[in-house]
Amino acid sequence: MKLLEINNIKKSFDDLEVLKDISISVEEGEVVSILGPSGSGKSTLLRCATMLETMDAGTLMYCGEKAVTDVSGKAVYAPKESLRRIQNYFGLVFQNFNLFPHYTVLKNIIDAPVHILKRDKKEVTEEAMSLLRQMGIEDKADYYPCQLSGGQQQRVAIARALAMKPKILFFDEPTSALDPELTSEILKVLRLLASQKMTMVIVTHEIEFARNVSDRVIFMDEGYIVEQGRPEDVIDNPENDRVRAFLAKVKG
Amino acid sequence: MKKKPLIAVIIFASLLIPAMLSSCGVSGGDGGAIGWFFGVIVQLSSGMWASLELFALTLIFSMPLGLLICFLRRSRFKAIELVAKFYISVMRGTPLMLQLLVVYFGPYFLFRMPLSTEYRFYAAIIGFALNYAAYFAEIYRSGIEAVPEGQYEAAKVLGYSRQQTFVKIVFPQMVRHILPPVTNEIITLVKDTSLAFAIAFVEMFTLAKQISAADSNIMPLFVAGLFYYIFNLVVSFVMGKIEKKMNYYSR
Ligand SMILES: Nc1ncnc2c1ncn2[C@@H]1O[C@H](COP(=O)(O)OP(=O)(O)OP(=O)(O)O)[C@@H](O)[C@H]1O
Ligand SMILES: [Mg+2]
Repeated sequence: MKLLEINNIKKSFDDLEVLKDISISVEEGEVVSILGPSGSGKSTLLRCATMLETMDAGTLMYCGEKAVTDVSGKAVYAPKESLRRIQNYFGLVFQNFNLFPHYTVLKNIIDAPVHILKRDKKEVTEEAMSLLRQMGIEDKADYYPCQLSGGQQQRVAIARALAMKPKILFFDEPTSALDPELTSEILKVLRLLASQKMTMVIVTHEIEFARNVSDRVIFMDEGYIVEQGRPEDVIDNPENDRVRAFLAKVKG
Repeated sequence: MKKKPLIAVIIFASLLIPAMLSSCGVSGGDGGAIGWFFGVIVQLSSGMWASLELFALTLIFSMPLGLLICFLRRSRFKAIELVAKFYISVMRGTPLMLQLLVVYFGPYFLFRMPLSTEYRFYAAIIGFALNYAAYFAEIYRSGIEAVPEGQYEAAKVLGYSRQQTFVKIVFPQMVRHILPPVTNEIITLVKDTSLAFAIAFVEMFTLAKQISAADSNIMPLFVAGLFYYIFNLVVSFVMGKIEKKMNYYSR
């Protein structure tokens, strides 16, 4: 089943055309990595997909439900109630975590499931503890985010997103704010999630990781997808010159 | 750190009391100095009560009103934002004393409504609350703007509504940001209550001046000063406690 389907999305900031006709679909269980140079529109794409940014044109669908339809070249958003429901299909993990600093780790994770999904607090708490255990930080449940390392904070952010039981999880450079050791902690968690068949779309600069974990790699440049396919094809034998140039630079 | 206010009081008192003794020309005898001191306090006490009342009621009304003005100031509608901006600029850009006069005499000049003593009290509170609300509105706004955009985005992706985001995520963080400037504002308010003399509202400072003039003695004014000073020590102490309490998480 297609969890996510984006067709012909366009997005400009004033005169700057950032996304110029991008289409992506993601199957259940798929792990998709998005690579590309800085400024190519990767974050903007995720922000449009997660409705943090409104797109100008194109369509957006989750699990077959239309969030955005295209009416003669203009994006039209579904009514509020539908968007609220669709909102629950996806989660997003930010580059700089964005944990709520005034909540403990546990409250960061359970607050939304309890107060927004109206789920049973005891049950949610048990699930949250088991998520923390998976992430190796169950002893941090009563800490405040400021008392944790960056890697630990990002693991809490991932647990917070997972506690909402999204069908698809987006990551925008989840390791860019971390130094190399902490990066590997997070990549380990992502590998674990991939092995559990969590559907994920990951914007990353970690080429090795993208090659090892993803089912598909998408390369973006200047608002277009210039190449996509199996990681061994895109990363090891790219057809496009710009992809080749970018990979050469990143691999050093 | 903790003992500082107490030490300050002792130093202040030890400077004040000898000064009073000499100024009263008391050398023991009729048990005068201490008795006189308490006499002044008793005479001032109704004024102290009036000042306290004015202080407390101003805070009770201006703090929520400030939040309302802050919301208007941040409104999506340009016209509402402009009205709020204008209100704030007038309240901050003109003397409080003048505003008190306008509130007190306004109804009389505009509608020929009789001036009553009772209204004097209300006028003082209305004038102070309207003025302080403008300052609080700007403090709240700075506190809200100090909350990073990422907090709103994280909340939105998790499905919090706009109201939930404000109440659960933004407001608690705002409160922490604004405590220091709010403390400043409250300390200023303690002293500003003396401006109510402009509309002949008899608070403590007015009384102190009257007694001082009647006895031709400066000491009642010093006692008044001591009152404001101790009042503000208490304010600082309480706000310090609250700040500490809100510091359970740090950035
Ligand atoms: N809110 C905004 N207002 C104006 N311009 C924006 C805004 N957000 C992004 N842009 C511009 O859009 C372009 C694409 O930005 P985007 O953040 O999507 O790139 P990116 O591929 O994520 O880059 P990076 O790898 O550096 O994160 C950039 O030129 C950026 O300056
Ligand atoms: Mg980016």
